[in-house]
Amino acid sequence: MIRRLFVVLLLFGLAMVFSGLMAGYSPDEVLNLSARYYAEHTAQDIGAANIVTAIIVTFRGLDTLGEVTVLFLTAAIVGLVLSHGRREGRGSGRELPPAGELLTTGTRLLVPLILLLGAYVFVNGHLTPGGGFQGGAILASAILLLLLTDPLRRISHRLITAIESTAGLVFVGIGLLGIVLAGGFLDNRILPIGSLGELFSAGAIPIIYSFIGLKVGAEFSSMLAHLSETEDL
Amino acid sequence: MAYIAMTTGFVLILIGLYGALTNRNILRMIVAFTVANTGVNLVMVAVGYLHGRTAPILDAAVPVAEAVERIIDPVPQALVLTAIVIGVGVTALMLAYAYKLYESKRTLDISAFKDLKW
Repeated sequence: MIRRLFVVLLLFGLAMVFSGLMAGYSPDEVLNLSARYYAEHTAQDIGAANIVTAIIVTFRGLDTLGEVTVLFLTAAIVGLVLSHGRREGRGSGRELPPAGELLTTGTRLLVPLILLLGAYVFVNGHLTPGGGFQGGAILASAILLLLLTDPLRRISHRLITAIESTAGLVFVGIGLLGIVLAGGFLDNRILPIGSLGELFSAGAIPIIYSFIGLKVGAEFSSMLAHLSETEDL
Repeated sequence: MAYIAMTTGFVLILIGLYGALTNRNILRMIVAFTVANTGVNLVMVAVGYLHGRTAPILDAAVPVAEAVERIIDPVPQALVLTAIVIGVGVTALMLAYAYKLYESKRTLDISAFKDLKW
């Protein structure tokens, strides 16, 4: 009881800090300098309709490479932590109740559509809200649906690793091509920029973002697969 | 509008921290942390909002020439996109460690883990 009182007091203090921040906050009326630069230069320099994508893939492309690396490390550590000393084979032999007609049929119907939607989201990342990270998460949700239907299903880790490492290599390779053919690492102008708002525009952004989508999807799927393989405890 | 989103974000942070501090079950603590994480993201997006403007996507509604006057700040949005993805990674790691803890003591009650307590 006294503990809970301390917690409430602490949170009350924090709420005071937050309300102080809110009271002193006045929203901007115009864009600040960096946002103004991005708004003015995206269309002619990058050619991407979605400015957030232009920032993530090209202006701050190196940060995205780091972010993908963090995700890769997370997936690797989850695999390392969970696979340590695990017994081989399909679960502990414990029989699970069947998943039910609705879930089974729904999975069969929805998984191809979800994969298609994921591919659509990351291919159109430079035109619409969305992109590689969102599309990758959608791809992984198809895997999640498969695992919900049959928790003992084993997803091939070799396939996931192959997709993941190929996508990572292509991402870095396109970045290096940018040094050779254009202005610098991860420069998207190794391909023609094209006209704003078309699918084949914005140079290398659709290609880079598609491979980011595959990589993120593979990483999330590997985490899900590792977590589902703990079913036999 | 920005104030509603910002208040919601701060309230979510407080709810998440309350849940993380008062629950004894590790899984509930992880869920509470993700709630707080969502609150932080909401606050960041709300800071980038400018009144009466639209999403930073150049299309028929936002001609290139008027982009500076028509769009909200794209930088916090890019930042939050990164933060969401890293948040998923952190949650996955927490779940993996929770599994290992459960494996060692066969319980998810945080008060059973006293090895580093003095």
